[in-house]
Amino acid sequence: MRLPCPYCGERDSREFINRGDAGLKRPEADVEMADYVYLRDNPLGWHKEYWLHTVCRTWLVVERHTQTHALGTVTPARHERVGS
Amino acid sequence: MRYSLASLLLNALSGQSRWSPAWRSPEPASHYDVVIVGGGGHGLATAHYLAKHHDVGRIAVLEKGYVGSGNVGRNTTIIRSNYLLPGNTAFYELSLKLWEGLEQDINFNAMVSQRGVLNLCHTDAQRDAYVRRGNAMRLNGVDAELLDAEQVRAFVPFFNFDNARFPIKGGLLQKRGGTVRHDAVAWGYARAADQRGVDIIQHCEVTGLRVDRGVVVGLETTRGFIGAGKVALAGAGHSSRLAAMAGMRLPIESHVLQAFVSEALKPMIDTVVTFGAGHFYVSQSDKGGLVFGGDIDGYNSYAQRGNLPVVEDVMESAMALWPALGRVRLLRSWGGVMDMSMDGSPIIDKTPIDNLYLNAGWCYGGFKATPGSGFCFAHLIATDQPHAVADRLRLDRFAHGALIDEKGVGAQPNLH
Repeated sequence: MRLPCPYCGERDSREFINRGDAGLKRPEADVEMADYVYLRDNPLGWHKEYWLHTVCRTWLVVERHTQTHALGTVTPARHERVGS
Repeated sequence: MRYSLASLLLNALSGQSRWSPAWRSPEPASHYDVVIVGGGGHGLATAHYLAKHHDVGRIAVLEKGYVGSGNVGRNTTIIRSNYLLPGNTAFYELSLKLWEGLEQDINFNAMVSQRGVLNLCHTDAQRDAYVRRGNAMRLNGVDAELLDAEQVRAFVPFFNFDNARFPIKGGLLQKRGGTVRHDAVAWGYARAADQRGVDIIQHCEVTGLRVDRGVVVGLETTRGFIGAGKVALAGAGHSSRLAAMAGMRLPIESHVLQAFVSEALKPMIDTVVTFGAGHFYVSQSDKGGLVFGGDIDGYNSYAQRGNLPVVEDVMESAMALWPALGRVRLLRSWGGVMDMSMDGSPIIDKTPIDNLYLNAGWCYGGFKATPGSGFCFAHLIATDQPHAVADRLRLDRFAHGALIDEKGVGAQPNLH
């Protein structure tokens, strides 16, 4: 699998570290914190997730299909609204 | 037909014509008292122990593919009970004891081989951790032996002991650990459950759960609606998708784990060894293939195949530990989809929906747990009470902070 970094171009997946679901929004209320930390949608299909490109140190939000590994949009995480 | 010397001789003398199918292929009935979703090792074991030890009425197992097509036929066949934490130790020890009596119980040769499982250590800190784990095991009545470097060398002399980066300083050995032929486990449990009247329905995928006012009442399947008094989910790898059908989210991510087998070789290794400085473990099958595996790929995946970086990582680790493998050719590799739970430990529990039970989150340790999981899940389904050795494997432990985190890495499934 190769991921397209917006700054470095298409690079081998071993340059990247996955940090899981990018759709989670940190809650205000303490009672919702356990759900935020532990529960996941874990979809079979399109999944928005965080990847760190360890070469240029950019956090990315990558849309990836969890069965085919097809890629959708890839954007720097700072351009994404958290939990959107 | 019961398998025995007499049945072998009878068929040997009659052209192998008197065997009967190992299990029936019944049409699904309109209603069962218990429906188990998932005809893998855990689901079939649950059906077997439910039918054997509990009186719950009619039982069905629904399998979307065929028996043995999922993770029960895709793992590296290792059994062991070398766990540290309360909640795991007693559970896996029960499972290992069930393995020891399995073949007589289900009248099927599963080739249970207690050839030992040796975890190698390469640093003083790692040895200290093994001392602690070994002591915890022995306090819980589990066998464990700490070997020093010379004892390891006598036990498995062919490794690279003088690797400057990863010198072998010793190891923790569980002699009662070993391997089991995984396909035979699926077939044996299926046959044993079938003989006790369980309907095993293959090629029947669950597409929905029907819940009425907080109580599950049946399942939509590719072969029509099936009513159910109780529904037990054992669909490892796809547990999140099953739970979503009932509106639940689980503390689970699905990840892919790869395994490998080499060409068949003369006997090279008569035990199971894990490399402590990288992701690699190895045993040898009775056909002669070296069976080995490593770490998960590290991102959510429902693909039953992995990517190349992990292949390279496993091969590098193999060469670091055992340079003699350099000329061995790899025959096959494959991947299995697993429920990676948020603390690395499984879940056997009731759900917030009445009569809906969950068996999930086995990470990459599900095979060794097969008998114990089935035994405890059957107990839970029949009595509505957790079995004593599985009472910490709760779904709500995440909300309450009672995690069972063997590796101590927190809520990061790709680190467990």
